[in-house]
Amino acid sequence: MSGYSGSEPLSRTAALDANASGRAAPVSQSHRLRSGGLIDRQSPLQFSFDGKTMTGYAGDTLASALVANGVKLVARSFKYHRPRGIMTAGSEEPSALVEMRTGARREPNTRATTAELYDRLMANSQNRWPSLRRDFMSINSLLAPIFVAGFYYKTFMWPAKFWETVYEPMIRRAAGLGKSAELPDPDHYDKAWAHCDVLVVGGGSAGLSAALAAGRAGARVILCEEDSRVGGRLLSDGGDIDGMHAADWLRRATDELASLPNVRVMTRTALFGVYDGGVYAALERVNDHVAVPGPHQVRQRVWRIVARRSVVTAGAIERPIVFPGNDRPGVMMASAVRTYVNRFAAMPGRRVALFTNNDDGWRTVEAIQRAGGEIAAVVDPRGRAPAKYQAVAGLRDVRVLTGGVSDVKRGVDGVRSIVVTGRNGLTQQIEADCLAVSGGWNPNVGLSCFHRGKPVWRDAIAAFVPGDAPRGMTTAGAANGEFSLGACLRDGHAAGVAAAAECGAAGNAGEAAEACDDIYAISPLWQVKAKGKAFVDFQHDVTASDVTLAQREGFESVEHLKRYTTLGMATDQGKTSNVNGLAIMAEATGRTIPETGTTIYRPPYAPVAIGALAGHHRDENFHAWRLTPSHHWAAELGAVFVDTGLWKRAQWYPKPGEKDWLESVTREVLSVRNSVGFCDVSTLGKVDVLGPDAGTFLDRVYINTFSSLAVGKARYGLMLREDGIVMDDGTTSRLAEDHYFLTTTTAKAGPVMQHLEFCRQVLWPDLDVQLTSATDQWAQFSIAGPKTRDLLQAVIEPSEDLSNEGFPFMGAREVKLRGGIVARLFRISFSGEMAFEMSVPACYGEALARNLMIAGKPFGVTPYGTEALGVMRIEKGHVAGPELNGTTTADDLGLGKMMSKKKDFIGRVMAGREALTAPNRQVVVGVKPVDPVRRLRSGAHVVPKGVIPGPETDQGYVTSVCFSPVLAQWIGLALVERGRGRFGEIVRIHDPLRSEDYEAEICNPVFYDPEGVRQRG
Amino acid sequence: MKYSIFSLAKAALSGHKGWTRAWRDPAPKNHYDVVIIGGGGHGLATAYFLAREYGIRNVAVLEKGWIGSGNAGRNTTIIRSNYGLPGNTGFYELSMKLWERMEQDLNYNAMVSQRGIINLYHSDAQRDAFARRGNTMRINGIDAELLDAAQIRKELPFLNYDSARFPIMGGLAQRRAGTARHDAVVWGYARAADQRGVDIIQNCEVTGFTRINGRISGVETTRGTISAGKVGMAVAGNTSRVAAMAGMKLPIESHVLQAFVSEAIKPLIPGVITFGAGHFYISQSDKGGLVFGGDLDGYNSYAQRGNMPVVEDVCEGGMAVMPMIGRVRMLRQWGGIMDMSMDGTPIIDKTPIDGLYLNAGWCYGGFKATPASGLAFAHLLARDEPHSEAALFRLDRFRRGAMIDEKGQGAQPNLH
Amino acid sequence: MRIACPFCGERESGEFTYLGDASPKRPNFAVDSVAGPEPAEDAFYDYVYLRDNVAGVMREYWYHGGGCRSWLIAERNTVTHEFGSVTAAPGAGATKLAQAGE
Repeated sequence: MSGYSGSEPLSRTAALDANASGRAAPVSQSHRLRSGGLIDRQSPLQFSFDGKTMTGYAGDTLASALVANGVKLVARSFKYHRPRGIMTAGSEEPSALVEMRTGARREPNTRATTAELYDRLMANSQNRWPSLRRDFMSINSLLAPIFVAGFYYKTFMWPAKFWETVYEPMIRRAAGLGKSAELPDPDHYDKAWAHCDVLVVGGGSAGLSAALAAGRAGARVILCEEDSRVGGRLLSDGGDIDGMHAADWLRRATDELASLPNVRVMTRTALFGVYDGGVYAALERVNDHVAVPGPHQVRQRVWRIVARRSVVTAGAIERPIVFPGNDRPGVMMASAVRTYVNRFAAMPGRRVALFTNNDDGWRTVEAIQRAGGEIAAVVDPRGRAPAKYQAVAGLRDVRVLTGGVSDVKRGVDGVRSIVVTGRNGLTQQIEADCLAVSGGWNPNVGLSCFHRGKPVWRDAIAAFVPGDAPRGMTTAGAANGEFSLGACLRDGHAAGVAAAAECGAAGNAGEAAEACDDIYAISPLWQVKAKGKAFVDFQHDVTASDVTLAQREGFESVEHLKRYTTLGMATDQGKTSNVNGLAIMAEATGRTIPETGTTIYRPPYAPVAIGALAGHHRDENFHAWRLTPSHHWAAELGAVFVDTGLWKRAQWYPKPGEKDWLESVTREVLSVRNSVGFCDVSTLGKVDVLGPDAGTFLDRVYINTFSSLAVGKARYGLMLREDGIVMDDGTTSRLAEDHYFLTTTTAKAGPVMQHLEFCRQVLWPDLDVQLTSATDQWAQFSIAGPKTRDLLQAVIEPSEDLSNEGFPFMGAREVKLRGGIVARLFRISFSGEMAFEMSVPACYGEALARNLMIAGKPFGVTPYGTEALGVMRIEKGHVAGPELNGTTTADDLGLGKMMSKKKDFIGRVMAGREALTAPNRQVVVGVKPVDPVRRLRSGAHVVPKGVIPGPETDQGYVTSVCFSPVLAQWIGLALVERGRGRFGEIVRIHDPLRSEDYEAEICNPVFYDPEGVRQRG
Repeated sequence: MKYSIFSLAKAALSGHKGWTRAWRDPAPKNHYDVVIIGGGGHGLATAYFLAREYGIRNVAVLEKGWIGSGNAGRNTTIIRSNYGLPGNTGFYELSMKLWERMEQDLNYNAMVSQRGIINLYHSDAQRDAFARRGNTMRINGIDAELLDAAQIRKELPFLNYDSARFPIMGGLAQRRAGTARHDAVVWGYARAADQRGVDIIQNCEVTGFTRINGRISGVETTRGTISAGKVGMAVAGNTSRVAAMAGMKLPIESHVLQAFVSEAIKPLIPGVITFGAGHFYISQSDKGGLVFGGDLDGYNSYAQRGNMPVVEDVCEGGMAVMPMIGRVRMLRQWGGIMDMSMDGTPIIDKTPIDGLYLNAGWCYGGFKATPASGLAFAHLLARDEPHSEAALFRLDRFRRGAMIDEKGQGAQPNLH
Repeated sequence: MRIACPFCGERESGEFTYLGDASPKRPNFAVDSVAGPEPAEDAFYDYVYLRDNVAGVMREYWYHGGGCRSWLIAERNTVTHEFGSVTAAPGAGATKLAQAGE
């Protein structure tokens, strides 16, 4: 709401088209005025509601088109399935929710009041069966005496089994509103960032005024407006500004904003969240006003707007009055009636009654009369028209009644008459087909309260106004409790000037536009007490008596009230109901409304599609793909890829005729063990550690010593977390006196880098050492098998000595490849074979893979994937991810002897704690089933032979398994209590999940070449 | 008044004028045998079990706001007992058993609904970890099933199988898991405790402790000093603040966890589903809203609200695994303050200060623990020794190296 | 949430990783181990596990992993989420270079 001036509305409406109602079926726009309105009569649009085809115009909302077609019944309520109509004309709508679109695009609970009409729009009513008019579930209304607030907490308890099988399914079926699509959302959503000095939220009179001021002053301004056009209440209530009609001023203002290069106006963009550090979130409905987004178009876009200051000019929301029958179709907020009449040229009724407790509601009289409608009566507890209106010509004939509306009678299609109870208790019935209601206005305080600021009660307007707004935010206009047009314009201007100035923009902001300042007088009336259901929360069917019942049962705190009755938890989040609920609770407890307090305001301001919040990050694009340097080559070979974190790694390379993965993997392993193979291990984390203190630094992060490592040598290292648990392992080589090349596991590349930087920058800043992540810079291949040297000699310059003497086991140095590229070569072995790892700059990775294939042809070189890699590491008893599970110590892994006693290192002290050094810890051992054809599975538990598995006898579990081609049986690693002393013991492998139970032998985890002869060969 | 369909029908005849307060609103007495700080689910359950199981009825529960205003009223209502490590496994199963008879115990319908949970897995390593956990459950007599991709597809046909970045390979199911109506749990315990004589005192904030010879002798509150034989803390989210009043520093950090609910829709999702390749889990309330959440925001916070990156991360996870919810609208987001312990596991123990007892460190798992936490804490307060199923939840386990670290993340609370 | 990295300027929090309270100081092993393992374990237990966990302004570590890879020490209010000063850790690369240049 942005004040009023009593002048003509923005669009000059003409009288109701008298002929329209006389037309034959299908009735078309029977309630459309003959002229006026911000609709495009040259663009008629067909749409359907519940299968019935109707027409409207471009510029309509679904709600206004339904009003124009005389449709009143549009929905059923949540609990009692009461018939409901259109109550409002905005995003606060609690009742007129429909299912829009069909199939994969079906969207439940769309507010008809914000859905812009497009050609062939299809909407259906929801939460009714079999039809809207005859809804079987309205039987709930009959049970209403029992279905009071919280009734379900008191019953459905017997018999206990019936809850999941009978009661709950029944409740679930009855609950819910619309039906969601059951197919993947076919539309795309976008996310974007925007930055500005001043964000103006809401493009009504105050917002436009603020944006003009801040923009003229030179600030970078973004103005967000949820509606399809700016103007706010000016579009419905008009007025005179700066001596001109509001429409002309609006045109001038929008033209000026468009001319300012530093101002961006975003319509169809609703601000929904206020986050920390001046980050705001908004939803732009890019293509909701068409049936289907065009090619390469998104449906919606979420904006994260970083603003140094914000001015919230989000207006106010008119509130209902609580009285019996206040939910009948045809009972509508007075301001909404004016919106439909003035903005959309659609008459909600021909004979309209008005129930208001404030001056603003009276404007409806004028609007109806000008449109040719009839005012049945005005009910105002104050008993007479405000002074301003007493002179209005048409008012002389209007019946003005003191008291309140105490019932609404309804025919098939909605309101038929109202019952008015006067102060004297006498009632009279008045025929009307629409009841306009105004209980006053609530400033839209939500956005200003998202950081838990509490709104403040202002008696003069009988409403809450913003209290502690989040840092950087100010509120202005109706959102700030300023209810006259003149004040909105001034308030917005001042807020715009101030916000711009705080951002250093102090240009000439011009003068605020002028309009008259009407008095807004209100005499609070929350509730008309009379027999019958009087609704507080329309969507959730919370009545006045539910509120008092909650109070009686001790649910007096507003949050208890909300949770016990579900008041304010519907899709409108209490925008039309909360304050009325508080008022009734306040009266019941004898407290004031501010003493009663408000519930916490939570984002989003209006519901936001989950798809929009996800944006493009869905399906295959949920997370990035990291491809290894040889990926495309591997794909050409038909490799099967596996996800390892974000990486896609070749898992195995199937060959034609191979029946399953096991056959391929077995072939790969045997090729390595018998000849030569290679595997892309570029995913390992790689860090260059440089500087005179590099050795000292590594001594402190690894449990073993690296300062003593000779140049040209590599060493396996293990690092702990500070709590003494193993963090990661890998090989680190010394390439020069002051240069080490450290590798991490694939999974821990990021966390280890972060940890190393912490150690360097925070713990030991005095060490002269620098770290450079080189994971993506180097392609690395493991080349393994007895023919490795032969293969390497074919790709490396012949001058390089690869003999055992010239390049011994654990040697590391740069070599020149044939063709001149310098590679780093490391004689390390994960497979247990004679092996090297070779790094080349990443851009040569694919070429190296192809070269190795060509050069290795004579030896039958075989590319192998991560499965074969895993098989060979298990055969060798090397620990990996499943054993480095974040709870194991170095000693658990059999690596305790590596822990130096001569130095401090990360984790040393905590690793010595009693429970981490206890003799009964689970340690890594090998396991092999007694029955050699038995398949072993990871995750199976280990219990002693001959005992019943139970919490007391559970002694560990199998961590890693493989089929060993060399041993021709399944083998595995396991973590077993006191395992190292139990080699040779037969234990029970218990796997109830997979219904398996068998015996296995605990053994040395090194199954293959335990002396390490082959890797040194 | 006993709650039943008959009492409801009878009350309806008199327009429901006959109902009285679900729990009294007493003024605090000068002395209680036990004072429990914190009127959340755990505190109220503790009082209930003290009265019911241990015959200690001179008990007060002090709540600084309205009961259930902390995490009891902010969680995503999931109950489950699918833990893998000794200490946790038995404790959460005890809790599950108490959930299964809660309504009859309390004469209050907390809508305990055992619609099951399925944790999806997307890699061999994840399957193996779930197999280990599921087998632990089975060995402890807890139901668990390991499902493969085909079984998951049959059961949850609406998930993303055809265009997933991390394809679904299977899942670990616990059929007895499910959800419960969180507020009703609070109110049910409050009413049942109240009926057994416990004083529930709202709007009563503890501002300090009183001591006699070093021993805690009571509490100072905004409603006066209250003396107590023993004082128990059950103030998840604020544990460090209250402990600081007693001069204690704890292995706990406070972190914000956000949660979300969608607009109400007709039944779409049968039970609880967790996505294993991102931060996303979801269920559907009886009212029809999709209740979902994900990871912690990751920074220390007492603000009870979070930021956009996690909102987006959670919705991305949702759209990755369940792209049919794209047009369903998120209705509300909120945040709760998690008592993140240093190993992801709770603490129910005596403190080094005589007379002061601690129930804390529930991380994001407190709701499901409510009944067992109440029983175990009541046991500790009554008997001065740990309940058998909570015997490993000791405060000194960090000093001893006996952490219970399900996630293996070490002393980094925001990673648990 | 926006963090003003002293090297990169104000950036979205998603670029950073959080570690926690910056007040615990890693004990000096050589000093604390003189009296045997117990005092060292006590000191490290304090360092690794115990936290003030203040409701209010806290000095904390943030790592700009999505930017300059510097460890930063930020003052931030845990109740309002408002940042105060953000400074580089003593060994952050650019800090050292800047000192060297002075």
